[in-house]
Amino acid sequence: MNKLLVSPAPHWYGKETTQGIMRDVIIALVPAVLVSLYLAGVSALLVLMVSVAGCVLVEHLIVRYMMKKKTTVHDLSAVVTGLILALNLPVSSPWWMVLIGCVVAIGVAKMTFGGLGHNLFNPALVARVFLLISFPVQMTNWAVANGIFTPENPLIPGFLLGLQGQLPDALTGATPLGIVKEGLANGVSIKALAAQHNFSYSGMFFGHMSGSLGEASALALLLGFIYLLVRKVIRPIVPLSIVITVALFSGLLHLADPIQYADPLFHLLSGGLLLGAIFMATDYVTSPMSPLGMIIFGVGIGIITMLIRVWGAYPEGVSFAILFMNALVPLINKIKPFPYQKEVKRG
Amino acid sequence: MSKTFSIGGIHPNDSKFSKDQAIEDLPIPKRVFLPMNQHLGMPSVPVVKKGDRVKVGQKVADPAGFVSAPVHASVSGTVTEVALYPDFQGKRVTTIVIETEGDEWLESIDRTQQVKQEITIVPEETFRKITEMGIVGLGGAAFPTHVKLTPIEGMAPEYLILNGSECEPFLTSDYRLMIEHGQEILIGAELMRRVLGTNVNGIIGIEENKPLAIQAMKKITANYLQWKVVPLKKRYPQGGEKQLIDALLQRKVASFALPISTGAIVQNVGTAFAVYEAVQKGKPLISNVLTVTGSDLSVQENYRFRVGTPIQDILEAAGALDKDGKLLSHFVKVVNGGPMMGKAVVNLQAPVVKSSSGLLLLTEKETKRREPGECIRCAKCFQACPMRLQPYLLYQLALAGRTEELDEHRVFDCIECGCCLYTCPARIPLLDQIRLAKNALLKNKRKK
Repeated sequence: MNKLLVSPAPHWYGKETTQGIMRDVIIALVPAVLVSLYLAGVSALLVLMVSVAGCVLVEHLIVRYMMKKKTTVHDLSAVVTGLILALNLPVSSPWWMVLIGCVVAIGVAKMTFGGLGHNLFNPALVARVFLLISFPVQMTNWAVANGIFTPENPLIPGFLLGLQGQLPDALTGATPLGIVKEGLANGVSIKALAAQHNFSYSGMFFGHMSGSLGEASALALLLGFIYLLVRKVIRPIVPLSIVITVALFSGLLHLADPIQYADPLFHLLSGGLLLGAIFMATDYVTSPMSPLGMIIFGVGIGIITMLIRVWGAYPEGVSFAILFMNALVPLINKIKPFPYQKEVKRG
Repeated sequence: MSKTFSIGGIHPNDSKFSKDQAIEDLPIPKRVFLPMNQHLGMPSVPVVKKGDRVKVGQKVADPAGFVSAPVHASVSGTVTEVALYPDFQGKRVTTIVIETEGDEWLESIDRTQQVKQEITIVPEETFRKITEMGIVGLGGAAFPTHVKLTPIEGMAPEYLILNGSECEPFLTSDYRLMIEHGQEILIGAELMRRVLGTNVNGIIGIEENKPLAIQAMKKITANYLQWKVVPLKKRYPQGGEKQLIDALLQRKVASFALPISTGAIVQNVGTAFAVYEAVQKGKPLISNVLTVTGSDLSVQENYRFRVGTPIQDILEAAGALDKDGKLLSHFVKVVNGGPMMGKAVVNLQAPVVKSSSGLLLLTEKETKRREPGECIRCAKCFQACPMRLQPYLLYQLALAGRTEELDEHRVFDCIECGCCLYTCPARIPLLDQIRLAKNALLKNKRKK
C-alpha cells in the first residue's frame, strides 16, 4: 500500500510569495535608487547601504535574540523598509542618524507590534518623522543635487561627521516646497520665486530637485509605479486617489488666487508626494483592503497633505498625512464590502 | 470581448495535457463496488442481496426519497456482498459488490453506436426516465438531475445553461465529450429544455481555451434554433453555477437563494450526455468519462469507465502503477477531481463513482504546502474571492471562534472554490479554516 498525501483542496497553489512581492517592490525602487546614485554618488550609496543593512540587522537581532524565533529577514520586508527609509532622508544624513532611523523603523514601529503584518504605521515613515522632529537641522539641510562623483565630495564628511555647518553654501539649498512656503510668507509671488530659484517642472520631473534621496525624480518613481502595476503588486487606487485629491485641492486654490497658491503640477511634482503615494501609502500592512477603503484612505491623505502644505507649520505634509490615515485603517477596514447580491433580481 | 463573471477569480495555468487523448473504453473491471452515496441527498437503498445475479443496467438500489437516486449494476455477474466499505475518502458506506461474469446487458438498452436524433418522447416521459435511470449532475456536486428539473412555484425557468466551461485545470473529460459526442450532448440538453418548457432558451458556455469544442458545438447548434454557444474568457471558477449564470446572463444569485431564482438552470455537458443515453438509448447512468492526468506527461488518458471501478484498476490501466501494483513513487497524492476543488483519495481500493471526472496525480513539489507565513494584508484573497467575501477576516473570525460574526460576514456564501488559498502569498490556510467554521456552524444550526 502506498502512503498517500491527504489534504483538503486546493491541491496546488499560485506562485506568489511574500518574498516575491517584496522583491518586486525592491525592483520598483531601483530607478529612484539609480537617480539618487547618479545625483549624489557615493554619499547616496552610503546612506542607502547603512539604512538597508541597519534595518536588516535590527530585525535579525530582535527576532533572533529577543523573540527567540527563526530569523525573518529572508522575507525581504526589512530591505524594503531600509530602502524606503533611505529614500526619505537627505543625502547628507550622518551615519548615526540613519542608524537611529533603522532602530526606530524596525525596532519600534514594526517589531514591537509583532513584526511583519502587525504594525499599525508604516515603519519607514515613523522613522522619518521621528528623525525630522529629533534632528530638524540634519533632516532639512538639503544638498543641492548636481551629480557629484568626485572623491572630494564634500557630502561624505557630512555623512561621517554629521552636519556641523561645514558644507559649502553652494551645496545646500531648500526644497522647492520650502522656498515657496517661505517666499509666500514674505509676500513674494510664486512666479518671482520660481524665476529667482531657477526651478523648472522638467527639472523636478527628471531629477534635479533638491530634497530627500528618493524625491529627486518623478520619472523614476513613475517607472517604479508602472512596474508595480504591471506585476500586479499594487492596485492604482490609493496613488490615484491621493494625486487626484491633491490636484483638485491645489487646483481650486490656484484658480481662486494664482499669486498666492502654487498650481497643481507644482504640488504633484514637489516634495515626497509621489514617493509617498506610490511606495508608502500602498504598503499592504498599513493601508485598507477594500477598494472603497482605499479611496477613503487616499483622499484623506491628499486633503491632509494639502492642509499642512498650505496652512501648516511644515512645508511638507505627506509623511504626517500617511501616518494619520494609517491610524484610521483598522476603522476603514470595518466597512463591509458590497454583498455579492442583496436580493433576488430578475432581468 | 468574451464574457466572464464580474467578481474575483483567478487564472491558474490550465494544464490540459490530456486534451488530445480520445476517449477510450476501460477494460471491464473484475469486480465493481457500488456505494449508496453517489449523489447528494438520501443514500440509496439496496434491492439486491448476496448471491443475486444481475445484468448490466439492472437496478440494484432504489432512491430513498425524492432527493435521491437509484443505482444500477455497471457489470453483469453475481452480487457477492452488500456491506460497509470505505469510499475514496475513507468514509464507510453501504456498498454493493458485484463480481463480474461476462458482459450481459439488459435487452431494453440500445447498445448501437448510432445517434438517435429525433425526439419522440413527451417531456413527462423524459422526466420519468431521468429519474429512473439514476441521472445525477456530473459537474461535481452529483445533485439528482430530476430534482433540478422539477418546477418551483413562482420561479419559471427562462434559460437552460449547459456548462461546458470545465474551468478546473487538468480535466479534459467534458472537452473530449463535446468534441466526440457533441450531437448526443445537444440532444440530451434539448430533452431537458423541453422538460423545463418550450419557451426556455438554451445557452452553452464554453471557455476560450477550448476552441475545438466551441467550433464543434457551434456547428451542431446551427440546427437548433433555441440553442446558442457563448465563448467565455478563461477564468476560474467560471464553471461554478453562480459564476456561470453571472457570466452568461449578468444575473447574480443571492445568498441562500437557488440559481433558479434568477430564471436559470445549469446542467453539465456530461449530464446532458447521460440524459441522452438514458432517454434515447434506455441506458442508466452506469458509465461516465474521466481524465487520468498530472504534470507527468506519460500518464494522460480520457477513459470511459464503468461506475464502481476501483481507482487502483484505472491507475493501472493508465500506467501510473509499478509492477508491484504500487503508485509510481514520484506521485504523492491522488485527487478525485481537479486541483482546485477535487478531493484527495485516501484509499486506492475505493471505487470511482457516477460523478467522478478525473484522477489527478500530483508530485510532492506541486502539492506540498509551504509553512504558512504572516498575513501581510495584501487583500489578494479578497480580490480573488468570486463571492466578494473577505477570506482573511473569515479566517481570523473562525480562529477566534466568533461564529455569530461569521454568519454576518456571509460565510455561507462561500463556494469553497479555493481561490483565496491558491492566491495567498503567505499560504495561510484560509479555506481550511473557513470550511471548518462552516461545518461547525451548520452543526450548531441543526441542533437548534
